[in-house]
Amino acid sequence: MTASEHESESGPMQVRGTVLTVRQVDAYHAITTVAPGIAARFKPGQFVAVCVGGHDTSMLLRRAFSIHDVRPDHGGTVEFVFAVTGRGTRWLAERRARDLLDLVGPLGRPFPVPRDPVSCLLVGGGYGSAALFALAGRLRARRCSVDFLLGAASGDRVFGALTARRTGRSATITTVDGSLGVRGIVTDMLGQVIHEARTDVIYACGPMPMLRQVTALARRYDIPVQVAVEESMACGTGVCMTCVLPVIGSDGITRMVRSCVDGAVFRGERVRWDDIGTIPFDAFGAPGWEPRSARGPQAGSGDGGPAGHDDTATSGQPGQRRAANPARRQAHDA
Amino acid sequence: MTPDLRTRLGNVELPNPVLTASGCASSGRELAQFVDVSKIGAIVTKSVMLAPRAGRPTPRMAETPSGMLNSIGLQGPGIDAFLQRDLPWLLSRGARAVVSIAGSTVDEYTELAARLSDAAGVTAIEVNISCPNVEHRGQVFACDPVDAGAVIEAVRARVRYDLPVFAKLSPDVTDIVAIARACVSAGADGLSLINTLLGMVIDTDSMRPVLAGLTGGLSGPAIRPVAVRCIWQVRQALPDVPIIGMGGVMTGLDALELMLAGASMVSVGTAIFHDPSACARILRELEDEFARRGIQRLSEVIGLAHEMRVAGRSMGTVR
Repeated sequence: MTASEHESESGPMQVRGTVLTVRQVDAYHAITTVAPGIAARFKPGQFVAVCVGGHDTSMLLRRAFSIHDVRPDHGGTVEFVFAVTGRGTRWLAERRARDLLDLVGPLGRPFPVPRDPVSCLLVGGGYGSAALFALAGRLRARRCSVDFLLGAASGDRVFGALTARRTGRSATITTVDGSLGVRGIVTDMLGQVIHEARTDVIYACGPMPMLRQVTALARRYDIPVQVAVEESMACGTGVCMTCVLPVIGSDGITRMVRSCVDGAVFRGERVRWDDIGTIPFDAFGAPGWEPRSARGPQAGSGDGGPAGHDDTATSGQPGQRRAANPARRQAHDA
Repeated sequence: MTPDLRTRLGNVELPNPVLTASGCASSGRELAQFVDVSKIGAIVTKSVMLAPRAGRPTPRMAETPSGMLNSIGLQGPGIDAFLQRDLPWLLSRGARAVVSIAGSTVDEYTELAARLSDAAGVTAIEVNISCPNVEHRGQVFACDPVDAGAVIEAVRARVRYDLPVFAKLSPDVTDIVAIARACVSAGADGLSLINTLLGMVIDTDSMRPVLAGLTGGLSGPAIRPVAVRCIWQVRQALPDVPIIGMGGVMTGLDALELMLAGASMVSVGTAIFHDPSACARILRELEDEFARRGIQRLSEVIGLAHEMRVAGRSMGTVR
């Protein structure tokens, strides 16, 4: 990711947008706001960072939400979905039409989409599924088939179950309490859905434990998986360094990368799920980490420094994903 | 008439006195998406260390009333990558670079100073001495006048004579003036006041500290009165020493308050997380506040609060 790309037309912008609607959707809230530049630049998987509390707020940190949908009306609108979990989201839920919101977006790397018409499985947990519907649209536009696997604790917490059933080739719903769909969690059904849908690629968004399990199962079936992680953020723009997690770069070196600018979408198998919340001993710059030992056998990875760092999340994702496909097919056939 | 906000930092003229605060603007690249970095007084970089550093585990952040705690642990790519990539980028964008350095021994600071002194285009060095001194049982340099002075003396001795060295002080001390004096005696050209205050938040559900590193640095408007007090005390004791003021500046009025206490420049930190274009906005607001008060030059307000009681020096109607 070079500076010029950062500052190009696709970069994020800060807008003060007028709220059009605030809807309650089962256990969640959805806000649609006018945000022309953000809507035009949006790609599925990206998010917005929203100020809460109004003028002179005591809550300084922006709240980050996946963009659910963008529309061209009013010059461009964005919709995001959230659960009320604290004072900031409660304030958001109390917004009304014509209120103003300060948004920065679109932020983060979007979901890479395959070049060929393959079978895609979209796995969502809770309101994490909100990020998947724009992606489904983009995939269908590329003649991919889209299957949904959505889950939550209860029926009112499965976001978009109806839309998934209406628009997906198939839609499987799981709830822990059995109030909607199959009783259980999404990973209980993942293997079955993969077999029935002959899934080529998995996309997942939801709580970290779910992403970790989806990644583990995808690896077992040798299916490439793209996950949008949920790490708590302070700025969303890449300056604060709070949202880091250990991710293995294309050079094999683990770095503490920012989920806001290097993600939030990562290849699932690149994320060191077991080491989240720690600094792995072999991570770039960890205590006792020796630059030379990492450099020696990794000729070509440059100085092991920032060039490699930028490489971590961006390098040739679609290509590598496709390259994994034949291998998976072999595993299936065998 | 537009007030004249130009100021000098060593030999470099800054177009205005609104800087970024170290650790809140990375090396400027991310902010360039929202503001013209050449129009910010100077970019004070995230503290650079000798070696790459992974920082502390997560969670690294907790929101607090009108502030936040952070426990990043100085994650960064190290001085080689900084000189290779970040500094040239800043200079290519016409930005002025104040480079913050951090180390765990006096020698580390000295080596960083040497590397930066030899690099072209550095406007000033800000020495972040709020780091544990591994040669002194982990005691923070900034909390001991002897240790603080030792770092500044070593850095000052190693950098070019025309490159200003600012010492960034911690407010977590009994007598900040004693530390300030030690740094100035050791050769500091100016002081940056203040770094974060050490704080802690406990999650009442998990009944454990929120931050993986247990404690973190408190920043934001919550600490502004502490910043104003520290700047005031140091200005009172050392009236000729330039001060970069920081601590909860969210608006132009906040910047003015720190200037009245004695800061000749202000750094904007946590506000950037809230509003990525904060520096540009605060500068606009500061210009408006100056114009509204009939202030024509920056020098008129610096430390003015100390003189307010002197007859004939009233600045007219305020507010």
